[in-house]
Amino acid sequence: MDQSCEKVLVRGNEAIAMGAIDAGCRLFFGYPITPQNEIPEYLSKHLPPLGGEFIQAESEIASINLLLGASATGSRAMTSSSSPGISLMQEGISYMAGSELPAVIINISRSGPGLGGISASQGDYFQATRGGGHGDYRVLVLAPSTVQEMYELTYLAFDLAEKYRNPVMILGDALLGQMKEPLIRKKPPPMDLPPKDWALTGAKGRKPNRIKSLYLQEGELTEHNWKLYKKYERMKQEEIRFEVIETEDAHLIIVAFGSMARVARSVVEMARREGVKVGLFRPITLFPYPEKPLREISRRVKHFLTVELNTGQMLEDVRLSVERDAEVYFYGKPPGALPTPEEILEQLKKYYGRSGSA
Amino acid sequence: MEIVFKRPECLIDVPFHFCPGCHHGIVHRLVGEAIDYFKIRERTIGVASVGCSVFMYDYFNIDVLEAPHGRASAVASGVKRARKDLIVFTIQGDGDLGAIGIAEGIHTANRGENITLIFANNGIYGMTGGQMAPTTLLGQKTTTSPYGRNFTYDGYPIRMAEMIATLEGSAFVARVAVNNPSNLMKAKQAIRKAFQMQIEGIGFSMVEVLMSCPTNWGLSSLEANRRVEEEMIPYFPLGIFKERKMADYL
Amino acid sequence: MPSNHFYYDLIIAGFGGQGVLAIGNLIAYAAMKEGRHVTYLPTYGVEMRGGTANCTVVISSKEIGSPIIYRPHALISMNLPSLLKYGPRVLPKGLIFLNSSLIDLREVNRQDVEVFPVPVNDLAIENGNPRFANMIALGAFIEKTKLVELFTIYESLEKVFDERHHRHIPENIRAIQIGVEYTKRFTPFREEK
Repeated sequence: MDQSCEKVLVRGNEAIAMGAIDAGCRLFFGYPITPQNEIPEYLSKHLPPLGGEFIQAESEIASINLLLGASATGSRAMTSSSSPGISLMQEGISYMAGSELPAVIINISRSGPGLGGISASQGDYFQATRGGGHGDYRVLVLAPSTVQEMYELTYLAFDLAEKYRNPVMILGDALLGQMKEPLIRKKPPPMDLPPKDWALTGAKGRKPNRIKSLYLQEGELTEHNWKLYKKYERMKQEEIRFEVIETEDAHLIIVAFGSMARVARSVVEMARREGVKVGLFRPITLFPYPEKPLREISRRVKHFLTVELNTGQMLEDVRLSVERDAEVYFYGKPPGALPTPEEILEQLKKYYGRSGSA
Repeated sequence: MEIVFKRPECLIDVPFHFCPGCHHGIVHRLVGEAIDYFKIRERTIGVASVGCSVFMYDYFNIDVLEAPHGRASAVASGVKRARKDLIVFTIQGDGDLGAIGIAEGIHTANRGENITLIFANNGIYGMTGGQMAPTTLLGQKTTTSPYGRNFTYDGYPIRMAEMIATLEGSAFVARVAVNNPSNLMKAKQAIRKAFQMQIEGIGFSMVEVLMSCPTNWGLSSLEANRRVEEEMIPYFPLGIFKERKMADYL
Repeated sequence: MPSNHFYYDLIIAGFGGQGVLAIGNLIAYAAMKEGRHVTYLPTYGVEMRGGTANCTVVISSKEIGSPIIYRPHALISMNLPSLLKYGPRVLPKGLIFLNSSLIDLREVNRQDVEVFPVPVNDLAIENGNPRFANMIALGAFIEKTKLVELFTIYESLEKVFDERHHRHIPENIRAIQIGVEYTKRFTPFREEK
């Protein structure tokens, strides 16, 4: 077949590592944790021959701060971890948001709370989309759903981080990280990015640069927070990403992201085969959340089923997005066994009946 | 007229905010002199830690990055790994290095990161108002050890320089004081040496400086200098604990 | 590729160390080379050697939704626990391919599926290489289902296996061929159902 020779069969975690390398990332700092270990393993092998640096740090706290330091020089750098490790990183992420430093943070999430387990979960949705650490800030969050997207969104994350001078998080999960799919390793088109005149490169022939998040003079911090706010508002204008499948004539729309969206896609196919008119709305950016397009759809469709691998987190964003006369149902699956398409289809039919179209 | 004493080029001409008698100003000057001596101002990055030392960026005429509390040595390592041509130093207080950031400090030294760490040890949390530090001496009263530090409750003061010197990764480790002219001259040499080690790529260098905190110790400047001599130095002996002649890989 | 929609999924399961993940990887890789959409989903986790291992492979002419399959078209069962766990889930008219060296045929209590037993461990020992039982299973399964071309599997070996295993590729191919030959000999069974 054409193109088949360019394809490789790789795990989602490896695709992320490849995306980082192709985006020009040459610095990685991390600490082992299942189910993301293939990312540091791949990069520990492939970065040194490219002249890059790989550090297995003593903790996720050290990892995120090594990242902070590397990022301050204007270099492309990354860390990856899984839920408990991402919790440890929140301090550093808050500092990077406050200091306006670009960085890419990968969360191949697992289940919690606490040590939880290593099964796939979407329990970190709130932590990812609401800032996660202390202070009034946001992280741009991208939620891939295929191995190809793991590659492309990681590549994009580096550009977006620099465009906004803000941390960008990839929120995947155990399923996406461990699953193998074909990958075409083709770089996305380049993005016009602002010059890095803020970077710490030595104060030669210019005034010294300062990168900090401490603002003690009166009014300074207020101004700084408004500046950050405007940046987040700009993200809402320019960075909304989502996918819709079979929504035109749908009476009910499933809203799901990441691995759950894949299962939902199968549900849509199965339902359509039975003449049940359902569609799928898949947010790709979790922050900024695709509120407007979802609201647009809710002017026509009045029944939404949110499906998540948790007890209801994105559900809140769906409710906030849709018109007030739209019904939002929820089917949640806390960590453990993943739901099968059959299971969700059965749930869906209960609500589909209410949509008056069955 | 010939100028025989002036402000180092890499320090900015601004009034100090540090308390009268505080040794931070002296340490800034010694670091500044070392940077000027090696003519590295234009390629030096300072990493400010959290504590009184955070205001580094108000005083140094160089690029400065602020680290979260305790993480300065990890942040400095990140800068250095990204740009090996830059000279990177940090000034960390005793709370920053000896308590909240002890893991980062030890592992930075153990990896032999080619950076310079100035450890400002005054045995007390200055910025937060005089609480007990990991290096607070036994019996010393602070706002959180009102009956005096007691080892049964609080453990012992940590000797960071000795501990870091045991690590194979450290290249140069010294403890100095700046409480009198003689000690000051040795401190100047040690700090210069620490930067030299980094410039020559020999590896991780740390200079622990015994410093006074007259305000939080409740002493006058002179009394505080005397306390360094009479109480701190007996527990924290001065000297060079480690000096590699060449890098591991040479 | 045929214009009509093609879709097939299977679960491959056994003990860790039996090489079930290698079977799945090879089938997925070969199907990809033949232009299909594929997903390969392994179990992962705390167990290394000796625990249970399984993987799910989906092959389709269209983009694949769920990589998690509850009711597969086929099961390759390399040991008894995996048969007991996944056997009941195989779709009616589906295929249970089982390692009859380790599994008593009487353990299968499905009448609505095709059962294809292959004594892969015995065949491997007879042929002097007990380590390639999984490749015998692969060869027998591919000959049985014609899911992908054999030579695509051969081409996939060096892509799927780490470089340090490349010197064993000829032995792998020989083992696959033993499986193929076995299926060919027993094909009449298929027509007797």
